[in-house]
This record gives sequence, structure tokens and C-alpha cells, in this order.
Amino acid sequence: MSDVTMDGETLHLHGYTDTANVQQVPTRNGFGEGLVEAGLKNKNVLAICADLVESTRMEAFKKACPEQYIEIGVAEQLLVAMAGGLASAGKIPWIASYAMFNPGRSWEQVRTIMALNETNVKIAGAHAGVSVGPDGATHQAVEDIAIMRVIPHMTVVVPCDSIQTKKATLALSEMVGPVYLRFAREKSAIVTTEKTPFEIGKAQTFREGGDVAIVACGILVYNALMAAEELAKDGIQARVVNNHTVKPMDTAAIVAAARDCGAIVTVEEHQVHAGMGSRVAEIVAANHPVPIEFIGVQDRFGQSGDPVELIEHYGMGTTAIVAAAKKAVARKQ
Amino acid sequence: MSLSQEALTQLRVKANDVRQGIVRALEAAGSGHSAGSLDMADIFTALYGSVLRHDPNNIDWPDRDRLLLSCGHIAPVRYSAMANFGYFPVEELLTLRKFGSRLQGHPERVTLPSVETTSGPLGEGLAQGVGMALAAKLDSADWRVYVVTSDAEHQCGLHWEAMMTAGKFKLDNLMCIIDRNFIQIDGSTEDIMPLEPLGDKYRSFNWEVFEVDGHDMGAILETIEKAKLVKGKPTVIVANTIPGKGVSYMEGDYTWHGKPPNKEQAAVALAELQADRERILANV
Repeated sequence: MSDVTMDGETLHLHGYTDTANVQQVPTRNGFGEGLVEAGLKNKNVLAICADLVESTRMEAFKKACPEQYIEIGVAEQLLVAMAGGLASAGKIPWIASYAMFNPGRSWEQVRTIMALNETNVKIAGAHAGVSVGPDGATHQAVEDIAIMRVIPHMTVVVPCDSIQTKKATLALSEMVGPVYLRFAREKSAIVTTEKTPFEIGKAQTFREGGDVAIVACGILVYNALMAAEELAKDGIQARVVNNHTVKPMDTAAIVAAARDCGAIVTVEEHQVHAGMGSRVAEIVAANHPVPIEFIGVQDRFGQSGDPVELIEHYGMGTTAIVAAAKKAVARKQ
Repeated sequence: MSLSQEALTQLRVKANDVRQGIVRALEAAGSGHSAGSLDMADIFTALYGSVLRHDPNNIDWPDRDRLLLSCGHIAPVRYSAMANFGYFPVEELLTLRKFGSRLQGHPERVTLPSVETTSGPLGEGLAQGVGMALAAKLDSADWRVYVVTSDAEHQCGLHWEAMMTAGKFKLDNLMCIIDRNFIQIDGSTEDIMPLEPLGDKYRSFNWEVFEVDGHDMGAILETIEKAKLVKGKPTVIVANTIPGKGVSYMEGDYTWHGKPPNKEQAAVALAELQADRERILANV
């Protein structure tokens, strides 16, 4: 496949259309790798763990930077508050748990101690979305983007694959300010390469098209790309935007998508209410109103199941995105 | 280190200044928390006047001691102590809780960095203090962390998470000072959710426990000095205080937890405090 360019820069994407050869790696692995690199580069980078060292992928950091690793047990409010104290004294703490518990359980501490107090704390929200699978609804965070994107000063990033998660971890370690990085448990398709650029706040056009724009974040960017290939067979050219930074969102890229394509589909593994797509709608409504269809969890809770099965059941599979795109196109004036 | 009688008297006079500042600020604000602010005046005066390594003209000094006020609603005592020890003009106290003021209803670090943390939501100060004390240990720095908490805050789970953690990491550079005034908004702490035996709870979490009369300047300073000598354990000082201390009609009355004196009440309070001040000076 021919690679896309953006602002004159090639994105060096992986050959994702060759589905048989697409690599499958969990996004959490990228966090683990990025954290080690950040910690080796700067000894002020700390990892604080709440009894989930293996599943949040902090294990490699614990081995590589033992002096910078702190275990505090199952205490997510403490995780945020203590990190706030460490950050006040010049440290750069990454705090990891399942997204459901941090920021799920710790929201008020996040608001007061990280955001209002402007401390340089980095939250890693692991196991986000229904794709956690068998653990069921109690452990499937599908509201975390919503609760984080409403907080002033917060940066919210949802990378599309493991390689991008690693780059995001490094970039977020270097920026000063409170951060929420969201990633998933299960293996998911690699669509970028080491050469693909990554910049916080800058959405990426992974596929060009002028009939409809599919604006996606997280592991569902792959499904968006697959849906675009399907749509092309029916003569519909879809632009696919990897909208990895939910806050501050790339307003220019969203307005351009609305203006150039005249219809939008948003795709996220999250409640459609108040998530990434809702922010897209806010921007579009204020700047260039066009029809929007929202792919995501439709005001329901998750349940146990196989990850792929759950993605399909909750209407976030390729077929559902194709249908939504056709509906959005049909709604154009 | 023990202070001379003269130095102690000076601190007692300062504590009186701090109380008068609190009353004036609260009256001007028309809202705010009187009882706890007044009862912590002696402790805050001891801290700013003798205990803390600090410099009002160099608030970013990396080696300064950190003083955290967990129960942010008693901000008036901190603000008044800061004003009386050179952080800003005493007259600025009259801007408390007003639009555009640095003296927010609950302390905000971004607008007034020398308060160290933004606080008000209860139960969060000790946990942040644990983080700071741990950072000092990681950097082999010798500055200390003091966290002032209310007694009712011990109803918050996060405070206990922090207590456990301070014990685990043997944070002997961390001192928690509890304003043990037995009141909260809805009444007596022991009716609402009994805390006793409070000291034993800390002991069982591997803390060294001290108790002091929170209005005896000499005893406060002695106890803090003793606590600073403890190695390998965090320390806690249970400071027994009388809510509203220094203003007769407020003393011991929980209904003064969250309201300010009006103009007439403030005049009575200031007259009483002025009489106290003269008594302190006469005893020299």
C-alpha cells in the first residue's frame, strides 16, 4: 500500500491492509517499554504501583530502575495524592492501575491534587474499554475519557497501538503538567512504525478520503481503517483520522474533516456520551456543522466475554462502522 | 533547644496577633471557619515562629521545610500566621474569600505558592505529605514535612492509606499534628464517628505518638523538638485544643465550626483578645 503524507511528512504506516501479516501487540506493552526508557533517561521519573505490577507492565521498570519504583498496594486515592506530593518536590511520577480505579476511584484527588494544584503527575489507565474481556463490567472502564476530559489543565491521550503508546509515554514524561494516558489489555493491531511521527495534540490522517471522515482513537483506529477499505469497495472514500489526543483536541484537524468530507463518524471504545466523539461534536457544532454518527458503547455497561466478541456486541466492529459511515453519508444535504 | 521566657512571651504575643488577624479576616469575609482557625493559632505560631526552616522572601528555597494544611477550611489561621511572619502584609487578610484575592476560601497553591498544596477536600494532606517526605528521602535531603490535620479528617479512608504508607517507608522526616478539638460540622467527633483511642491507632500503624496541650506554647515547642529526634518512624502529635480558643463565647461550641463573627461579635472577640494580650505582656 502507498503510505500517506501529512503536512509534507510521510507517516510511515505499517501495511495494515495485509491483514494476515498485521502484528498484534497489546498497547500496554508500549507503555511498559516507554516507561523504562523514560526512567533510564531521567532518574526523576518514578513509577508508583498499586498492586498491579505485571498487568500494568511496570515490571520491566521495576527491574531496570529499582530505586525509582514504589509499591503502595491497593490504594488508588493514595496513588494520586502521594504522587502529587512527589511531583511537588520535583519528581515525575507515573501512577498506574486499571482505568476503572484510577482515575475511576480517584477522580476528586485527580481534580484537586493534579489539576487544580497543577502537579506534574502522569496517570496510566490500563485495561480500558470492554476489550478487557472476561473480567466483566466492574473492570471495564468506558467512562474514563469523559471524567478526565472535563478537567481543566488535563492532557488526555489515547494512542492507537503499542508503538504509539510507547512514543506517547515518552512525550508525556517530558511535557510538564497533569496527564491521562489510556490504553488496553488485549493484543491489538500495529498500524504505525517506529518512524511514524507522534506529537501530543496533533491528530494524524492515516487515510485520505473526501466522502466521510472516520475520527477514531485507541485500538479501534484499526477497525476504522478496515471499515474505510470496505467502504472503498462501494465507492465511498473515507478519511481516517487517528485522533489520539482527546484533550487538547486538534480543532483544526476536526474542522478540516468536517469541511472536506461533510460527514463524520467517531469511533471510540467508550460511552458515546461525553467521550472523544462528543468533543468532536462540540467542535463541529461550533465551527462547521455536519452530520455525525457515534460509534461506541451506547449508554450501557459491559459484561464478561471474549474481547472481539464484546467489541462486536457493543457495535464497535468494522461492519458497524461501515454502516454508520453510510448513514452519515446519506444524511448529507 | 529550649527558648528563653522572653522568647516564649514573644511567641504568645504573636499567637494573639494571629488570633486577632483571624477574627478581623473572618468578619470582613462574612463567611468562613472560626473555631478550628482560632484553636490552631498557638501551633501555627510555634511552627512559623520557631520550628520551621523557612524564608518568606525565598519561598522556592528547595531545602525549606514543607508545612501542609490538610484541613484547608482553617485557612484563616495559616494566612494570619503567614501575614504575621512576613509572607504578605497583615492588611491583605481583609481580602479573605473575596473576588480576586490570593486568600481563597480554601488554600490554593497556584495563587499562593507558599501554602505548598491546594487543600480543602478532607483527608488528603497526609498522603501528599508522605509523597513529599519520600521525595526528600530519595534525594537524601534534610528538609522535613509537617502536616496539620483535623481530628474529623480521620474519618476519611485516604488518611489511613497514608498512615500505613508512612509506616512502611519509616518516614521519620514526616510529622503529623492533629487538631484534636473534638468537634466537626454536625457535632462531637465522638458522637459522629468515635476516634478514640486515637493515639493507639497510630501506634499500631508504626508511628511514634506524642500528646500535648495545644495552647501551651512551651509544651508545644518541647514536644515538637522531642518528636524530631525520633528515628525510623513517622511521628504524630495529638494536640488537645479548645475550639474557638481565645474568644469566650466560641470556646467549646461546635456551632462555631463553620461561621464567622458578625461586626458586634468581632468587636467583643477583639476586645477579649486585646485584654489577653495585655495579660501576656504583664506576666513578663
